[in-house]
Amino acid sequence: MLESIAVMFSYGFMARAFIVGILTSLCLALLGVSLVLKRYSMIGDGLSHVGFGAVAVAMALGAAPLAVAVPVVMIAAFLLLMISDDGSFRGDAAVAVISSSALAIGVMSASLSSGINSDVHSYLFGSVLAMSKSDVMLSVAVSVAVLLLYVICYNRIFAITFDETFGRATGLKVDKYNTLLAMLTAVTVVVGMRMMGALLISSLVIFPALSAMRVFSSFRSVVICSALVSAVGFCIGIAASYWLNTPAGASVVIANLVIFLTFSTVGAVLKTNE
Amino acid sequence: MPIIECKNLTMAYGSHIALRDLSFAIEAGDYLCIVGENGSGKSTLIKGLLGLQQPKEGKIILNGITHREIGYLPQQSMAQKDFPASVKEVVLSGCLSYKHRTPFYSADDKIKAAAALEKMGISDLEKRSFRALSGGQRQRVLMARALCAADRMLLLDEPAAALDPQASAELYALIGDLNKKEKMTIIMVSHDLDAAGKADKILHMANGCAYFGSTEQYYHSDVCHHLTGGGHHHHA
Repeated sequence: MLESIAVMFSYGFMARAFIVGILTSLCLALLGVSLVLKRYSMIGDGLSHVGFGAVAVAMALGAAPLAVAVPVVMIAAFLLLMISDDGSFRGDAAVAVISSSALAIGVMSASLSSGINSDVHSYLFGSVLAMSKSDVMLSVAVSVAVLLLYVICYNRIFAITFDETFGRATGLKVDKYNTLLAMLTAVTVVVGMRMMGALLISSLVIFPALSAMRVFSSFRSVVICSALVSAVGFCIGIAASYWLNTPAGASVVIANLVIFLTFSTVGAVLKTNE
Repeated sequence: MPIIECKNLTMAYGSHIALRDLSFAIEAGDYLCIVGENGSGKSTLIKGLLGLQQPKEGKIILNGITHREIGYLPQQSMAQKDFPASVKEVVLSGCLSYKHRTPFYSADDKIKAAAALEKMGISDLEKRSFRALSGGQRQRVLMARALCAADRMLLLDEPAAALDPQASAELYALIGDLNKKEKMTIIMVSHDLDAAGKADKILHMANGCAYFGSTEQYYHSDVCHHLTGGGHHHHA
C-alpha cells in the first residue's frame, strides 16, 4: 500500500495534481460555505462556464488561456453577483442564461478553429496531466492569498453571511465583502478548472459545505469540516482515478457525493437521537 | 435637546416618495412605537435612522449619538432558519459595529457578549445552535447581538412578529426592562397595537406623520380609531 502511494507520488504530474487540487479544494470549500448559505450556489457554476468560454476563445485566437480567463471571469463574477442580488426569478434565470451562453460560445469557437480537440476536452472534463510547473506556482500563490484573506476577514464574512441587513446597520461594507467573495471564487475556479473541468469544478464549491452542514451546527465547525472534507474528498477521488484509471474530475465529484450521502445519514441519525 | 430629531423629512426611491414632510423628536430614555400600515414609510424611516439611506429633503439630526450606536433588530430572514451558527457566534458579531481595524474578537468583546446574553436571560444558550432555537429564543439572541453593537439605543423592527402570545409577552417585558432599568432609548416598529400600548410615545405614519404624541392621547385620537376600524383599545 505505502509502496504504491510512493510510486504514485514519484510521477511529477501526480505530485503537481495533489498540490494544486488540495489547495483549490480548500479555498473553494471555505468560500463555498458562504456562497451556499447566501443562496449564491449558482455563481460558482456560472463562473466555471464563463471560464471555459474565455479559455476556448483565447485558444482559438492563440492567446494565453489563463491570462484571458482570469480577468473575464472576475468581471463575470461582479456581474453575476449584481444579478443574483436582484432577488427576483429574473436574476436566477439570468445566471442560467449567462452560463449556457458562455458554454455555447466556448464550444462554438473551439469547433470553428481547431475542432473539439483534446485541449478543449480537458478544459470541459478536467485532466490531471494538465498541470504544468507554472500552474502549480500560480495556484499556490492564489490559494495562499485566498486563505490569508479568508482568515483575516473571517468574522466579517460570518457577519455578512448571517445577516446582511444587520451588517449594513453596523457599518460593514457588505457589498465590498460580497464582491471580495465573488472575486476570490472567480480566481480559484479558473485555477482549478484545468484539473477538475469546467463542468465539474462548481461541485467543489457546493458539496463540502452541504456535507459539513448536515453534521455540524456552528459556523466555525462547518467551515473547518468543509475544508477538511474537501481536501480528503479530493485525495480519495484523485487516488481512485490513478488506480482505477478513471477521469480525475468525475472521480473527485463522486468521492464528494459519497461523503455527502454518508454525512447526511450521520446527520439524520444524530437528529433522531437528540 | 432631543437625541434624534427629524425635521421636515422627505425620503424617496427615485421618483417614488416613500415618506413626506415628517417631523418628530426622540428624547434620551424614550420608548417610542412607530405604527402604520404596510407601505406607510416605516421601513424607509428605519433606513434613514440607521444612516443607510439619505433624505431627499429635510434632515435627520443626531445629537451625541452616531448611526452605528443605534442597536438594530431586523426582521428575521428565511435564510436564518437553517443557518449553522452558534448563539455565541451570532451575539459576538454585534461587536463588529465598533471594531474597525482589528480582525479578531478581544477578551473585552467576549465579556460584552456574555453580559448581553445574561441581560436577555439566555446565558445557558451560549453553546446552542441558532437554528435549533424557538422563535422567542432567537429574538432574544438577536437582541443580545444588538446590545453588543449599542448600549444606549435600540431600534426594533417588528420584534414580536411570528411569536406566540406568551413569547411575545416575555419579549415585551424584556424590552420594557431595558427601557426602565437600563435607561435605554427604545424605538420599536410594529403593526401590533397591543405592542404600541407598552410604549410611552407613538408615531403613527401614513407616508408622513398622522399622529405623534403620548400613547395615552393616541387612543383617543381619530387616527387610532381609523386604524382599529373604530374599535376601542384601552390599555392599562
